[in-house]
Amino acid sequence: MIAIVDYGAGNLVSVKKALDWLGQECVITSDPALVASATKVVLPGVGHFTSTESLGRTGLKQAIVESLSRGIPFLGICVGMQWMFTGSEESLSARGLGVFDGECKRFASSVKSPHVGWNQLEVDSSSRLLRGVPSGSFVYFTHSFRAPVMSTTVACCDYGGQFSAAVERDHLFGVQFHPEKSGEIGLKILSNFCAL
Amino acid sequence: MLTKRIIACLDVNGGRVVKGVQFENLRDAGDPAELANAHSASGADEIVLLDISAAHERRATLLDTVRRAARQLFIPFTVGGGIRTLEDAAAVFSAGADKISINSGALADPDLITRIALRFGSQAVVVAIDAKRCEEEARWEAYTHGGRTTRGRDAVAWAQEAEDRGAGEILLTSMDRDGTGVGFDCELTRVVADSVRIPVIASGGAGGARHFVEVFRDGHADAALAASIFHYGFSRLTELKQEIGSEGIPVRWPC
Repeated sequence: MIAIVDYGAGNLVSVKKALDWLGQECVITSDPALVASATKVVLPGVGHFTSTESLGRTGLKQAIVESLSRGIPFLGICVGMQWMFTGSEESLSARGLGVFDGECKRFASSVKSPHVGWNQLEVDSSSRLLRGVPSGSFVYFTHSFRAPVMSTTVACCDYGGQFSAAVERDHLFGVQFHPEKSGEIGLKILSNFCAL
Repeated sequence: MLTKRIIACLDVNGGRVVKGVQFENLRDAGDPAELANAHSASGADEIVLLDISAAHERRATLLDTVRRAARQLFIPFTVGGGIRTLEDAAAVFSAGADKISINSGALADPDLITRIALRFGSQAVVVAIDAKRCEEEARWEAYTHGGRTTRGRDAVAWAQEAEDRGAGEILLTSMDRDGTGVGFDCELTRVVADSVRIPVIASGGAGGARHFVEVFRDGHADAALAASIFHYGFSRLTELKQEIGSEGIPVRWPC
């Protein structure tokens, strides 16, 4: 069973709908016990980085940490991915989980922000999450802050400079874009995660 | 490169897609769920479903339509029409919408923009502005209730206020051009797009690839929306995107 973590930020229906379409058993939940016992965990996220603070208050962060220590595959989407980093300029109070190094920052002032729409990936072919996804593939983004390019980056995107569109290490995965809204390519990426 | 989005719009009345000219003379154009999927398959970057009956009729059928259309749709899906409260918005999101579009509801209660943005994120809030050129002065007024009424609000000032209140995008329809096929109002689009930092979706008047190229190049639009040219097979979406791309506009192709 895949747990889609509900921490009161935004709309999780689209993620569930995509996993349902792929024939996966999944549940939207805010119950830490269910998250801790799931075989895979997806942390969606839209809106403000500060919304991730509630993960700590509700015991969900602890449940996620436990599940990660058991090697359970974990996928952070959008703000969910940013939360896997050390923190974000968007919030001074909320800190990230810190499983990936680096701070998320604002876009360069030379480009419009937010970055909304379909942009292209430059893919590291060794990625397990992005297996079968060619460089140049289009995915759907909507965000105002960007994660830096690090050694864990498996896909870059360019918008006023390069940023991390996908990160990956062991059983930890994060995507800045919305695979559930990225057509066939997005479904392919989710299906790769489900097959892990 | 970030591409310019081509958005297919479904105007829905009583559970059926309809199309009129300048908001009148509605004709049946098909089933919303079927059309949404067909547009997605032929390369639409996004689907917008506007319930044009909702502001003055019942809306239970809308939620059912949204649910059916959303089931197999894996590109961004915006739903608008008759949303006046946070609860209305929440119901549309749970039916499967990714973004909601508000017009009359936002003009009557501008704080609605902020309330929805705080709960669902700014990226989920599209403020739709139906703008009509004033006869006496070089400016545009925002209309509500499907183009039937105006409070005289200046469209540009309203777009700026919507951004400040937390809107994530502006869906700007030229009422003068809607359904005419003579091209988008590039002047209106440019004035609004240059006045806000959030993306502006141009709407009203699309008749062919040339019009999209113009509104991206001269109108500074981030996205452009059309309805009738896609429904009746005047121009297949895939061919349209290729034509726009061949003019040097970045589009998502192949999808």
